Amino acid sequence: MSEYSVEFRGLTKKFGDAVILNNLNFGIHKGKITTILGFSGAGKTTLMKHILGLVEPTEGEVIVLDTVIGSLTELELREFRRNFGMVFQYAALFDFLTSFENVAFPLREFTKMKEDEIKAKVMSLLESVGIAPEAASRLPSELSGGMRKRVGLARGLALDPHIMLYDEPTSGLDPITTHVVYDLMRDTHRKNEYRGFTSIIISHDIHATLKYSDYIVFMEKGRVVEHLDVENFKKSENPVIRRFLEL
Amino acid sequence: MSTKGFLENQITAIGENVLTKVNGLGHFTNFTLKTLYWTFKPPFRIKLLFDQMYFMGNKSVFIIFLTSIFTGAVFAFQIYLGMKAISTDSFIGPIVTIALAKELAPVLSGLVVAGRCGAAMAAQIGSMKVTEQIDALEVMGINSYQYLAVPRILGAMLSMPLLSGIFLLVGYGGSWLIGVKVIQIDEILYTSKISDFMNLGMVVEGLIKATVFGYLIGIIGTYHGFNVTGGAEGVGKGTNMAVVWGMITVLVIDFFLTSFLAKIL
Ligand SMILES: Nc1ncnc2c1ncn2[C@@H]1O[C@H](COP(=O)(O)OP(=O)(O)OP(=O)(O)O)[C@@H](O)[C@H]1O
Ligand SMILES: [Mg+2]
Repeated sequence: MSEYSVEFRGLTKKFGDAVILNNLNFGIHKGKITTILGFSGAGKTTLMKHILGLVEPTEGEVIVLDTVIGSLTELELREFRRNFGMVFQYAALFDFLTSFENVAFPLREFTKMKEDEIKAKVMSLLESVGIAPEAASRLPSELSGGMRKRVGLARGLALDPHIMLYDEPTSGLDPITTHVVYDLMRDTHRKNEYRGFTSIIISHDIHATLKYSDYIVFMEKGRVVEHLDVENFKKSENPVIRRFLEL
Repeated sequence: MSTKGFLENQITAIGENVLTKVNGLGHFTNFTLKTLYWTFKPPFRIKLLFDQMYFMGNKSVFIIFLTSIFTGAVFAFQIYLGMKAISTDSFIGPIVTIALAKELAPVLSGLVVAGRCGAAMAAQIGSMKVTEQIDALEVMGINSYQYLAVPRILGAMLSMPLLSGIFLLVGYGGSWLIGVKVIQIDEILYTSKISDFMNLGMVVEGLIKATVFGYLIGIIGTYHGFNVTGGAEGVGKGTNMAVVWGMITVLVIDFFLTSFLAKIL
């Protein structure tokens, strides 16, 4: 068993002639919170899509939980994705389903749980992310941005994933709600830490990142500029990172 | 710029245009094949299919009702105006009913459904695309073609003959009101003339057309939904394209389908 839950080996991605990811070689530590930091267009989301197998590498390979993603058949890949929970930038809740049904969705699709078991599990998930029972029957359009993120998190957690991915989970939220969401991500992480749970967060928010992460990967123009634990990251001499830190 | 340079540019532009179109066609064919493949792969989502049929019926049945009753009525009246001079107005019944069964019911229902449901398909799927809901489905290991496109395509395929059937019946009702109640053709004569000239094949022809139109509207609506790019503006554009191409396709395919069915029925 590797110390990494995700590993990139010589990963290069081109869209046409544009090199979006340029020969990446690094691992994301199992059981830790790692934040991928970088300017807009650095390739962060593209990197995350490689982990999920939504995008195929141009060169190199991605290894997740000791499995080479590229070696899976389409069906195996779909099955494999149950290892992941993903919270999208704008939550991406299904707009035709209530909060309850959104969280119940993966349970209905992938487990043989009975209706009362589903109900109990969903309500406890919603409670754990701080959604009141009366909001369970509301549609996403009737929720605030922060509440949607929470429901999104509950849905991501429904199948007890091994790796949780967050794409800019706090964009569009006020500073207070931002910290609430971060606290929630950390609590979720701590609760599941014992089973090697890995959290990968994409972010622009340098302050929250320094406060909540174990490791930081700094990307620029498709390359990893720095990959360090937080203490060493703060001391980095790299001029780009210094500029980012002084924001 | 020299004439040669100008010509070269023009030819390049035409070439690029053609390539884009061919590329788009390839894309569409690819989409069609994928949806076909996923139609026959389990799990079969019967509930989603019924939800879609209910949604489509709900969205269009009232408009179909209005369109058909007035189409039947006005058509009957026009035929009467044309034929009373030569005292053949007892033919109103068969002429209107045959036209309804073979052409008007499937084509006009197709136009209504393309406008109402084709648009809704593109709008729903398109907005799911731009808000990453489709990515969310895929991340959960669910094939978005199977989950979103297949029920809509099959739903349209099954709803269209039903709606077209309603169009035929209500349209017949409209023509009957004008023929029997307004123009006062003898009721027995009116209906017996219809059974003299009409046969079941004509109704079947209309229903086959309706099914084909439903399939095409479904494919075109979902295709334009999946191909939305950009934000809300992209969704609007996709919706618009779905309606325009849905309607054009119904009218054009109707021509070829008519000549084809005339040979085999
Ligand atoms: N499917 C695609 N086709 C072509 N180019 C793409 C595609 N996906 C991403 N790109 C390009 O790759 C680059 C990196 O995009 P990516 O979304 O990974 O950046 P990001 O770091 O997540 O940025 P942001 O912080 O703005 O979300 C961008 O220039 C983008 O235009
Ligand atoms: Mg991004």
